[in-house]
Parts: sequence; C-alpha cells; structure tokens
Amino acid sequence: MKFKVWLGIVAGILPLVLVAIVLFLALYSWPAMHFNGPGFVVRDVWNLGNLYADPITVHGTQIQPGASYGILFLIVGTLSSTLIALLLAVPVGVGAAIFLAEAVPDHLRIWISFFVELLMAIPSVVFGLWGYVVVIPFLGRHLFPLLARTIGAVIPFFAGPTGSGYGLLTAGVVLSLMIVPIIAATLRDALVNQPTSMREAALALGATRFEALWRVTLPGARKTLIGATFLALGRALGETMAVLMVSGNALNYLPHNLYDPISTMAAFIVSQLDSALQDPTGLAVRSLAEIALVLSIISILVNAMARLILVVWGNVQRTMAV
Amino acid sequence: MQHSASLFPRGISPSRRILSAAGWTIAGSCLLVLSVMMVWILAVVFVRGVGALNLSLFTTVTQGTGGGLLNAIEGTFVLSAGALLLSVPLGVASGIYVSEYRFSRWAGVISFLADVLVGVPSIVVGYFGYVALVEWGGWNFSVAAGAIALAIICLPYICRTTELALRQVSNDLRDAAYSLGATDRRVILGVCLPAALPTILTGVLLALAVSVGETAPLLYTAGWSNYMWDGHLTHSPIGYLTYAIWTFINEPFASANALAYAAAFLVTAFVLVINILARFVLERRAAR
Repeated sequence: MKFKVWLGIVAGILPLVLVAIVLFLALYSWPAMHFNGPGFVVRDVWNLGNLYADPITVHGTQIQPGASYGILFLIVGTLSSTLIALLLAVPVGVGAAIFLAEAVPDHLRIWISFFVELLMAIPSVVFGLWGYVVVIPFLGRHLFPLLARTIGAVIPFFAGPTGSGYGLLTAGVVLSLMIVPIIAATLRDALVNQPTSMREAALALGATRFEALWRVTLPGARKTLIGATFLALGRALGETMAVLMVSGNALNYLPHNLYDPISTMAAFIVSQLDSALQDPTGLAVRSLAEIALVLSIISILVNAMARLILVVWGNVQRTMAV
Repeated sequence: MQHSASLFPRGISPSRRILSAAGWTIAGSCLLVLSVMMVWILAVVFVRGVGALNLSLFTTVTQGTGGGLLNAIEGTFVLSAGALLLSVPLGVASGIYVSEYRFSRWAGVISFLADVLVGVPSIVVGYFGYVALVEWGGWNFSVAAGAIALAIICLPYICRTTELALRQVSNDLRDAAYSLGATDRRVILGVCLPAALPTILTGVLLALAVSVGETAPLLYTAGWSNYMWDGHLTHSPIGYLTYAIWTFINEPFASANALAYAAAFLVTAFVLVINILARFVLERRAAR
C-alpha cells in the first residue's frame, strides 16, 4: 500500500506542472488583465506607449502614456492560418491514410507509413528553415502570382498584391505539412483495425473495393478522424518556430488577402519579448503572459476535447506516436 | 488486411468503375505529395547541410556571424541531459502508476492530463519558464531554467511510453509473481519493469529526440551564449543548435547561413537516427 501511495504522490507532479503553468501565467499577467480588460481580445492594437515619457497611473496600474494592448490581429492570424492548414491537411491526410491502409501491400505499409510519419519527428525550426529557404521563394515567385491571376479574378480574397511570399497562405501550407501526419497516422491505424466482416459483407454484396471503403470502412472510422482533426488543430494553434519564420510577423494588421503577412499568438510571444522588455512598467511583458495564458487555455481545451473524442467516444487505442 | 479483389474491378457499370479509379488515384496522389514533401525537406537539409560541414565546426565556438558550433553542440547535450535527468525518473514513475494502478481514479486523471500536457504549446512552456524561473526565481537565462522547461516537454512523453510499454507486459507474468507471494513493489520493480525496459528506453530515446529538436521552450530560458558552458547551473546562459538554425539563417552573411545549415543537418540527422533506431526496436518487439 505504501508503495502505491508514494508512487501516486510522485506521479502527481505531472498534473501539478499543468496547474503551475496556468497559475503562474495567471498571477503574473493579473495586472495586465486588470488594465486590458475583456477588450484585450477584440482590440486591434499592440502599443507599448511612449517609452521615453514618465510612467503614469491609470486605474491603479502604472503604464507608459498611450499604452494599449489588444490581440485581435493575433487571434485572426492564428485562426486563419490554422483553418487553411486544416483545409489542406484533412483531405490529404485522409487520402494518404486510405491509400496506406487499403492499397499498399502489408509488408510495404509499415515502411512507407514510417517514412511519411517521420514528418512528425522533424523539428519545427527545421520546417521553418525549409519554409524560409525554398517555400517562400517558390510560392512568392510562381504559385501566388498564378493563384492571383486565376482564382483571384473570381474570389477577391485570392487577388493580389501577392507580396514577397511571407504571409498567411505560406504559414498555412507549412503548418498543414506539420499536422498532416497526425491525421494520416491516426486514421490509418483506425482503418486497418476496422472489423473485416463489415468490409467483406459490402464486397459480397457487389461493392467495389473503393465503394466498400468509402461507404463502410471510412464511416466506421469517423470518430477517429474527428478526434485526430482536433489533435491537429491543437498542434497548429500552438506551433511557434515554423510560423515565426514564414508568416511575415505582422503587427496590428488584419490580412486583406491570402498573401498578407500575419502573426499568431505563439509566434508573437517570441518576436515581441525583446521589445516588451523595454517597457519599464513591465506591463508589456505581463500582457505577453496574458497571450500565453489565453493560448494555454485554448490548447488545453482543444486537446482535452481531442482525447475525450478519441478515448471515450471513439474508444481508440493510444499509440506512442500521437 | 489485404483482399484478393482488384483495386480496379471489371464488369461493372462505367460510372462506378471511373469513380473507383478516381478515388484510388486521388488517395494515391495524396500519399505521393506527402512523400515528395518529405524527400524535399530532407534533400534541402542534407544537401545544404553536408555542404556546410567542416572540421572547425566541431572544434571552435561561434564568433559573431561565423566560427564553429562547438558551444551549441555542447549546450544541446547539456540541456537535453539535464532535461532527461529530471523527466525520466518522474515520467517513468508516473507511467508505472498510470499503468499498474489503472483502475484508480487518480491514474485516469494523470493519464488524461499527460495527454493534455503534450498538447500545451512549447512556447507556453517556455514563457512559463521565463516568468517562473528566469524572472520570479531570479535565475536569469540559465542551464537550469532551460533544462526544466525541456523536462516539462519530455515528461508527458515518457509517462505515456512507460504506460504503453507496461501495458504490453502479459498479465500472466503479474499473476505468477503475485501467486508466489510477491508484493506490489516486487511485482512492478522486479518483474514488470525489466520486461518492459527495452520499450521504455526506446521512449526515453524518442523524448531525447524531441528535446534536441525543441527551440521555443529554450529561447527565453536558456538564452544564448557564444562561449562554452562555464559549469554554473544558474545565472549563465548557454548556446544550443536549434537557436543557431533560427538566428543564423536570417543573417545576410554566407558564413552565418552555413552555420544554420550545418546546425539543421546535425539536429535533423540526430532526430532521424533516433527515430529509425526506435522504430526497429519497436517493430522487433511487436513481432515477437
């Protein structure tokens, strides 16, 4: 009994860490929350104020004159880049999972899956390097002008100016590549583990193999697909380095088309800490902590949702990879 | 599960045949796109990285926008070793509890929260480290703050791999040990843990790969230094490879870019080798 109790106490450090993260960020950002109010999430301005003036006191908080903090542009940037990433990653992930589970022979499947899923192991900053060095020039010079000329003639959001290649669509494309293996790997497992009897029944009724897959096997794995999409969503929302290197790091700017620069909550924390430290009242650093708090709560909710969907609703076995 | 039925069946109406063929073609091209992207990334990193490699990278420290990577290589090892030192005992203990007492409510809570903690963005962990350790704790940019931030990233991975490894251990083994009169402690530490050890070690290796590839948790905890580590745990910043990738690729100098490519090659090669090794171990154990 004693062994179990000791082990339980040591194991309690893990939940404690999660609580500590949220608690510390909340306590540290408290003065910022007090000053910024709920308008923090709907204001489209991040302004440290006049750093050369003496601090003034507003509602009991010391600030630099003119300071105002709002993160609407970050919320828009985060949600839009994540949405683009999901729109690209879900179909490609489903397609790859289908092909791996149904069309690739057993002895090849584990190795091809492994190769594709190695994408999950590539560090974020290496994706950023690749995006910065090859994807930005490629998209900026070739694909974006083409998109703007063709689809842009019909849908205004696709129209130019196409800029230099840094921006919303580039961030979405790089993000999509980082999350697609989550969807492909989880769904492939679910497809392979579907009961054979249903599939064989469909084939016996005269369905082609694609029809059996599309009408029987794939619908059987829909809970897994929804859960994996939530997992991918959580990853995309919090991705930092790759987005930082390809998004253009917009400040106080809402994107007007697909090619405009954006910034996300995660990337903004990295790009702004140095300048936030210039604020002698410390309010800027605390407002960054408020962003981190918002981001942590969103990702905790999304990931909790994903796990509930997968484990409780979908009864999916957990694996080492995802 | 493979079927004898053909992917492209005959003897059915043309519309159904076309639909089937189109379906497989689209699915196959999705897989092809992913493979091409993977090859493309590896090609960029390996071709440019190998081109930037030379012996002085491993013998000299960074100077301004040139020099070597010795300080960063050392820093990456120090930080990852520190992170594992902290997270392996805690993670393995948590994993044991979650697996062996899986019917207790506390185990369910921990298992669930470990999965949630995996999903907390690494920059949030980094900023927490900055607020709690660098600022509030007064440690400044330091090895200790960086290693703790990395340990928080590794902890849930190790907990989960330990749990999954122990779950693969047959219950017959546990029953046999209990029927011989062994206590919980003897059964877990003497029987289950040795049986699961190779898989647990594989999980630790994978956590090492994750920690070597992380950047965001370290930016504002470990800082950066052009010099070798002076041995102090607090109050002295340290370099690491992923920082070199991020900073030096943005510099307008060829010497700086070469450092970034070399660092990217070293990190990616290390991560890939660990993942490939881990896969072989796991496949072999699954096949048994």
